[in-house]
Amino acid sequence: MTTTPVPVRHPAALTARVHGLGRVGWLLAAGVVVLLVVLVGAIVLGTSGLAPGTAIAVIAKRLLGVDLGTSWSAISEAIVMELRLPRVLTAMVVGAGLAVAGATFQGLLRNPLADPYVLGTASGAAFGAALAVILPVHGLLFEFGLLHGLAFAGALLSVTVVYNLSRISSLSPLTSLLLTGYAVSSLLAAGLAMAMYLSGTALRQIFAYLMGGFDGSTWMRLAVAAPLIVGGSILIMLRARALNGFLLGEEAAAHLGVDVRRERAILLALASLVTAAGVAVAGLIGFVGLVVPHLVRLLVGPNARLVLPISALYGASLLAVADVIARLLGGLPVGVVTAIIGAPFFLALLRRTRTGYEL
Amino acid sequence: MSGPVLALDGVTVEIRGRAILRDVSFRLEEGERAVLIGPNGAGKSTLLRVIAGTLHPTAGRVELGGTPMAHLERAEVARRLAVVPQQTALPFSMRVEEVVALGRLPHEASLRGARPADRAAVSAAIDRVGLGHLLGRDARELSLGERQLVLLALAVAQASPIMLLDEPTVHLDLRHQVEAMELMRDLNERDGTSMIAVLHDLGLAAHFFPRILVIDHGRLIADGTPREVLTDERIRDVFGVEPALVRLAVHGQG
Repeated sequence: MTTTPVPVRHPAALTARVHGLGRVGWLLAAGVVVLLVVLVGAIVLGTSGLAPGTAIAVIAKRLLGVDLGTSWSAISEAIVMELRLPRVLTAMVVGAGLAVAGATFQGLLRNPLADPYVLGTASGAAFGAALAVILPVHGLLFEFGLLHGLAFAGALLSVTVVYNLSRISSLSPLTSLLLTGYAVSSLLAAGLAMAMYLSGTALRQIFAYLMGGFDGSTWMRLAVAAPLIVGGSILIMLRARALNGFLLGEEAAAHLGVDVRRERAILLALASLVTAAGVAVAGLIGFVGLVVPHLVRLLVGPNARLVLPISALYGASLLAVADVIARLLGGLPVGVVTAIIGAPFFLALLRRTRTGYEL
Repeated sequence: MSGPVLALDGVTVEIRGRAILRDVSFRLEEGERAVLIGPNGAGKSTLLRVIAGTLHPTAGRVELGGTPMAHLERAEVARRLAVVPQQTALPFSMRVEEVVALGRLPHEASLRGARPADRAAVSAAIDRVGLGHLLGRDARELSLGERQLVLLALAVAQASPIMLLDEPTVHLDLRHQVEAMELMRDLNERDGTSMIAVLHDLGLAAHFFPRILVIDHGRLIADGTPREVLTDERIRDVFGVEPALVRLAVHGQG
């Protein structure tokens, strides 16, 4: 190019940008505050009454080494450290991961309705996890390895099948994706039922995968799943540039310098990994990956650099809150709570999407 | 830098045994502006995809600035060559300036995101294509013609030395067709952007492009100035219309 572009000041563009930046900063700050409030609230709320001050003091002492000068009973400490904290943190990590995975699938497939649950990825992971439960393997390391390995394999396999089948279909991309996702999920549900039938004593554990929940959360399980979920999410965020390229379609992504085959494979694999690790610790939890990225996109636009981290932040809070609601309602499976919030949302989105979708 | 910015040598494309392109060879010199014409199904879009590097030819080679396309990374190809498609998917609500800003993607470092120079380029592209009045609008709510101009602005923001355009005026009204053509001429003559456009309107093609390539049945059958290429006989044979229908526009070109 021989001429240098002259920066032209568009008043509208500038205010939009300043406004946009302010909004992003505000959303991030509010997201952190909400997350902290939810953290304390989720630890305090429950059947055995705990004062917020006690919970904060226990966390400050045990995690940060700061003595706030309050005293508490050993039972309070056990409730905070062994029951509530690992549970709340697991819900937050899984919620963040599901939101990031949802945003990734939606961006990659250019489909606002794609989420780990709708696509069958989560069902694939659950089936893999159920197989791991049935297989007679002993030893803690083997059990965790097999659980996460098979969940990942199941997730990856089902997303690959759904993706490829939906592409060769002659239906519209939206219809074919939803239908193939449904078909593969149904097949996997049958597989899960078969696994339950064959499981014997492990029935309850497989049932827990189907329901979704954080009853079995322990520090140990969190320590295995968190690096996979957090690490996978960070790796996805580092590829935000490629994900932005997919916004206008795969051909346009190639024109904008994205190595489509490679980036698609990497992003599908990472999103499957994050989903699978979430399912392995918490079972099937739908709609978090659908609702959160959609609302975030409404607020900040579709730029993946913003959508991914902000979705992670609010996904963490949403799932932790859903878990508190589930607990307060007498130990409902958390998947039931997210479905009650998410299913109407999905239907509303489906109605609106019909008009806006093309290609 | 000397030598052609783009060179095709014996390019053949077969899809399921059917030849879509047969032995197409031509060169585009730096700063040249050429138009690709031909009837529907002649292979124009396929040829554009081969030049853009999204379709690998069955035989033959494509070189960008002397380097085989196959040896270049995708991002490097995008920095050398911008594509204006006819239409594209817009699954999410996006403001016009957000769509145009995607043109800076090949220039962004993977972690840093847009820099002030990128924002300036986006702003300048929006101004040059004359989209200032559409800022802040959801690109999905625009007319087809307006969307086509947004995609043109995206390619302008990409600021690559070669631009490929696939029927860039198909959805535009007459005034915007002429304005888009004048913008393309300006990009070519003032900025030195080398250009290949597919057009259906022979009049516009002859008036605005000094070089015409004619594709028919997958072969490059003519390559030259409008006067050399658009003979009565060829218009009748290739396009199946009476030459009188297009002659007026052709003879307007000196």
